[in-house]
Amino acid sequence: MRPRIQLLSPEVIGRILREAFELLMDPGVRVGSAPVVELLRSAGVEVAAGVADNDGVARIPERLVQQCLASAPRDFYLYNRQGEKAVHYGGDDVHFDPGSCCVQMLDPETLEARPSETRDLVRIVQVTETLPQFAAQSTAVVCSDACGDSRAASAIGDLYRLFVVLQHSDKPVVTGSFSAAGLQGMIDLLAADSGSPDKLRQQPRAVFDVCPSPPLNWSEFGSRNLLDLARAGVPAQIVSMPLAGGTAPVTLAGSVTQHAAEVLAGITLHQLAGPGSPVVWGGAPAIFDMRTGGAPMGAVETAMLNMACAEVGKRLGLPTHGYLVATDSKLVDAQAGAESARSAMLGALAGINMISGAGMLESLACFSVEKLVIDAESIASAYRLARGIEVRGDEVRGDEVPSEKARGEKVPRETLATAMFAQTGLSGEFLKLKETRALFRQEQHLPSPVIDRSARGSEPASDVFTRARIRVDELVSKYRKPTLSEDVLRKFQAIVDREADRAGVVGTETGKNVGAATGTTLGALGG
Amino acid sequence: MSDPLFGAMRQSIIDGAPDTATELAHQALANGIDPLEAVNQGFAAGIKFAGDQFGCGEMFLPDLLASAEAMKAAIKILEPEMLKRGSEREALGKIVLGTARGDIHDIGKNLVATILSASGFQIFDLGTSVTPEQFVAKAKEVDADIVGVSALLTTTMAGQKAVIEALDRNGLRPRAKAIIGGAAVTAKWAAEIGADGFSRNAIDALELAKNLMGKVMNEVRSKGIAEA
Repeated sequence: MRPRIQLLSPEVIGRILREAFELLMDPGVRVGSAPVVELLRSAGVEVAAGVADNDGVARIPERLVQQCLASAPRDFYLYNRQGEKAVHYGGDDVHFDPGSCCVQMLDPETLEARPSETRDLVRIVQVTETLPQFAAQSTAVVCSDACGDSRAASAIGDLYRLFVVLQHSDKPVVTGSFSAAGLQGMIDLLAADSGSPDKLRQQPRAVFDVCPSPPLNWSEFGSRNLLDLARAGVPAQIVSMPLAGGTAPVTLAGSVTQHAAEVLAGITLHQLAGPGSPVVWGGAPAIFDMRTGGAPMGAVETAMLNMACAEVGKRLGLPTHGYLVATDSKLVDAQAGAESARSAMLGALAGINMISGAGMLESLACFSVEKLVIDAESIASAYRLARGIEVRGDEVRGDEVPSEKARGEKVPRETLATAMFAQTGLSGEFLKLKETRALFRQEQHLPSPVIDRSARGSEPASDVFTRARIRVDELVSKYRKPTLSEDVLRKFQAIVDREADRAGVVGTETGKNVGAATGTTLGALGG
Repeated sequence: MSDPLFGAMRQSIIDGAPDTATELAHQALANGIDPLEAVNQGFAAGIKFAGDQFGCGEMFLPDLLASAEAMKAAIKILEPEMLKRGSEREALGKIVLGTARGDIHDIGKNLVATILSASGFQIFDLGTSVTPEQFVAKAKEVDADIVGVSALLTTTMAGQKAVIEALDRNGLRPRAKAIIGGAAVTAKWAAEIGADGFSRNAIDALELAKNLMGKVMNEVRSKGIAEA
């Protein structure tokens, strides 16, 4: 039996959806771009004039939403560079990826936050690449060295992050664009990596976060991204982020309702533009902290919101996403561990398909690669818990033991304990049993040395942060950079150059800046 | 001499495959390989590797025990021939083991016995809840190099102290070294009761025993020189 946690009864989910449909009609949804208004009107949606020229308030009828829900796929896969299915968005499958998109990095020496740079992103990608707990990469931090200075350069900061990640990873990527205009360059980059836009559509390597603005507002940026992704057939992950009490009703149930309305509106836009294109019922809902005015990502209510939102998505049969495994602490301390491990477990027990947030401190403002490896341990424990207690009714074949002796031999295991006692009697020698050796790896999660279970020795005990720093160094030295063909690298560079021009980067000045950082990425950080 | 069988022997121990180890031991005898060579260059290399792998967290207790069992199986086949040739494997040292009085927890002690035995020590295992007098008697009888006392509980750890005091009273130390182990045992406790060493696990115990044997040998040598 796989353990599950559910927070909402079927009746409450029904009420949430009913009220969400009501919200889509009254007060309706703000839509902020002319093409979106046009798309909705052509589908028969009434769009009243808004404040600005190009925005309006759409009243989206349930009938149309239901039609769009019907065309949205129940599940889909993300593929790795080798073309293998690596992430299954659907059912109760659970995956984790690091959080994104920080602008600060925790310096493990000084314990201070400093602007994140290309070298930080590379290190995060290297560590993520080696850890099986992470099914996907994320474009985790903004690279201030390459894209921090001028407005034009920061306009391609989103592309640059993906450019760095693709060079250093074979895993699928959870990413996102910073602007309406920036998306195409990123899609082009992925298509160049996959071989062609068609190949990318058939075997998508990345999913793009697209965010509505609470409450009930699909801005020009977000809605244009949705349309472009739907048309390109590249998966979109709708990340609605109501803040309960701030930008959404204070009640958790009320915020889940607003979340549902925002995502339903997003799916409608998305499926109208590209019926059948993959889309995820995602979110980063949180409570609104009444002391600080912040969004406490480590709060248990925040985890509850994520779980409940995913339950609504599951009711609709859609792939799900949530934002957990993060903390509000500024240091990698006990608070960070407690909050992150707790929400990793809750997310896994809720069966959320993709859980973003590992590695993040300070309510998503700061990233720590040391925290990432500690979170990986929490995630492994969460996976173990979610697997539940397995009753092994069938026979185990001896070849589960890495031993020639046992090969082909059958060890009877129909009983829970009596067959093993039949061998040991009262001697207590369970360590010597074939069953022990064959099964302990399945029964027990064996943590990395980040987790201290050793007996006290003569040397002073170390803390988890110290061990995590050692572990990060070990993983980085184990990491091997993927080999990309010269052709793909040339195409990458051409796209980055083209987008730099488009963003108004004066070739000589900031172009050089991006190029220099690119050179660093291609060269020295190649490892 | 290097025989292609040696690699297979080493592997059979790493795999923890007693049947394969037995078969290879028979094969070695049939091929006329010196059984001592087979142990030292073949099987023992496997135990060494397994111990190292355990030490760095790549192998686990059940794997290590399986390796030790495979080692035992091979030795069992080779031993009669070694005796016949008068080339029996020289024990690394003689170790008396037991759990402290009142303590019946012996998983740790058994592991230490298995690993040390597979690594070439001669083990005299007194079992559980052993009195200081029993330790002393056995140590005297076999002229033990090392006496190891295991205790799981903080309440039975006092028994380790009692054994060390008894060894001292009977003049068995410093000739014999006293080592302790167990979940609650710390370096501080070991120093407090005057133990010659302590270890946290079976592989550390192996290292400790080897180091102490080096000490024993040196002392024997310097004593010899002094007497000469």
